[in-house]
Amino acid sequence: MVDNNRLGDLLAHLVLILGVAVVVFPVYVAVIASTHPPGTFVRGVMPLLPGPNALENYKTVILEGRSRAGTPPIGGMLWNSFVMAMAITIGKLSISLLSAFAIVYFRFPFRIFFFWVIFLTLMLPVEVRIVPTFQVVADLGMLNSFAGLSIPLIASATATFLFRQFFMTVPEELMEAARVDGAGPMKFFRDILVPLSITNIAALFVIMFIYGWNQYLWPLLITTDPAYYTIVMGIQRMVTGGDSEPLWHLVMATVVLAALPPILVILFMQRLFVKGLTETEK
Amino acid sequence: MASITMENLGKVYAGDVRAVTGVSLDIADGEMIVLVGPSGCGKSTLLRMVAGLETITEGTLRIGDRVVNRLEPAERDIAMVFQNYALYPHMTVYNNLAYGLKNRRMARAEIERRVTAAAEMLQIGAFLDRKPRQLSGGQRQRVAMGRALVREPAAFLFDEPLSNLDAKLRVQMRVEIRQLQKRLATTSLYVTHDQLEALTLADRLVVLNGGRIEQTGTPMEVYARPATTFVAGFIGSPAMNMLPADWLRGVVAADALAHLPAGADLIGLRPEDMSLAPPTNGGLTLEARLMLLEPAGAESHLHVRFDGLDDMFVVRLPHVPAVEEGSRLAFSLAREALHPFDATTGLRL
Repeated sequence: MVDNNRLGDLLAHLVLILGVAVVVFPVYVAVIASTHPPGTFVRGVMPLLPGPNALENYKTVILEGRSRAGTPPIGGMLWNSFVMAMAITIGKLSISLLSAFAIVYFRFPFRIFFFWVIFLTLMLPVEVRIVPTFQVVADLGMLNSFAGLSIPLIASATATFLFRQFFMTVPEELMEAARVDGAGPMKFFRDILVPLSITNIAALFVIMFIYGWNQYLWPLLITTDPAYYTIVMGIQRMVTGGDSEPLWHLVMATVVLAALPPILVILFMQRLFVKGLTETEK
Repeated sequence: MASITMENLGKVYAGDVRAVTGVSLDIADGEMIVLVGPSGCGKSTLLRMVAGLETITEGTLRIGDRVVNRLEPAERDIAMVFQNYALYPHMTVYNNLAYGLKNRRMARAEIERRVTAAAEMLQIGAFLDRKPRQLSGGQRQRVAMGRALVREPAAFLFDEPLSNLDAKLRVQMRVEIRQLQKRLATTSLYVTHDQLEALTLADRLVVLNGGRIEQTGTPMEVYARPATTFVAGFIGSPAMNMLPADWLRGVVAADALAHLPAGADLIGLRPEDMSLAPPTNGGLTLEARLMLLEPAGAESHLHVRFDGLDDMFVVRLPHVPAVEEGSRLAFSLAREALHPFDATTGLRL
């Protein structure tokens, strides 16, 4: 066994390296493509080394956008995406924390019924209910607004369910101790339950932020005003818009910039996330 | 500080499950009452009813002069120590102690004064900045005590606070709790299933069984004169032997049992009330075969079988006798050591 260890290690690393390569390669190509002058990409031979145009390409994307194709400079779109993703994330977290709190800690009529209703909505993602949801949002006059972009995506059965499961592992005596200590329900929620859930919140924050950031179909439907375009749909417009060949070098520069915020969120949240996994409270 | 008065307290859960029935008890100001009984006897439920964590379905509960049946725990002016301590894991020890006071909008200086005083009393001053998970079991126990202490409440409620500690620490904390309670003279209600804890801590003992009070009295009263066969079997270790009166009448002189009331058909006899010494004047002698000898250091337990009875009985001696297993022994006992019971009602006669 000891003799085989070296070979085993080698094999394991080989498999891992292969896996990483498969994942990283497209990202690498995107980064490389964003540094070449126009036309290189369509010639058929994909360059694997950085080109000379990096600075120029990123400058174009950030400052000018592609007005011909109807896409504004990407700064605005990044901001829109960020606002939408944050609104969805914070909204999802607050609503699901509160509803899980209600379901676990309060005895009200039809409690189980409501739990299952929330659970059932898992089967109805935006794509399924998109027509009625669009109608509702349109009737409420929320087209072309951040409210319209985020509110319909806020309800989250997944997060509610995860928080419910977590709350059920919190010892009941903590709630009783808080009651004896004179903390009302909301004080208990704020002072004890939320701080205890912080690692779960961090993990869900990452997941929800990326979910919100990656929204494509919904923003595409309800925004017609370029002022509310998000980055993901902006990329799509850059590819399909205009009569000429897609300007791949600019598209790829946008893609790289669009991928940055989620990566930053993961990097930032990871510390909390890992801390939560290694230091178990109890 | 205050007295606690229970009048016919009862608890019926949904679905007609009775947990507590007709409990009436007056706890004097500063008294330490221990509720003891086997698991499921309703002792924890009763404590939680006093705390306000369970609703009271029958009867009246007074703390001081106030009827508190419908008050929230925080409004009852009680403090509780939980079995698993229930410390807030994300707060430091200081904040764990201070939380209840902050919620009462107490001035910061006063909070600090009380927390420091309690921490000093419990010797946890060095840990005030730590989180509960960085503490040992005994230290957590002290923090849980401290959280009750700083409140300076009318009454302390303890829900089996020592059952998560190892044996040595349990004895130590038991002594400390008793000293602290005597010093502060705060009315206390203490729940345990450990009869030794009950006997040593209590001013008065309340033995519960099936949601009812079997007996209330000082530890020595309950030990010396158990009111029912249940109490007789529960308090004292090893448990009291129960001999059929008919059998006993057959093996001893008739006048030896003359002092027992008529109708006593079950006779209790504590293992420690028998000895191998020759019988004193007016004493009884019982012969038995030694089946098993269990030495236990300072004492020994002899499992014996009396002629004509199938069950084994236990004799506890304050030494380890030099006898062979299988030999016949004569045990002497005083007449007063016999506890007469009615077998059908289980009551002492």
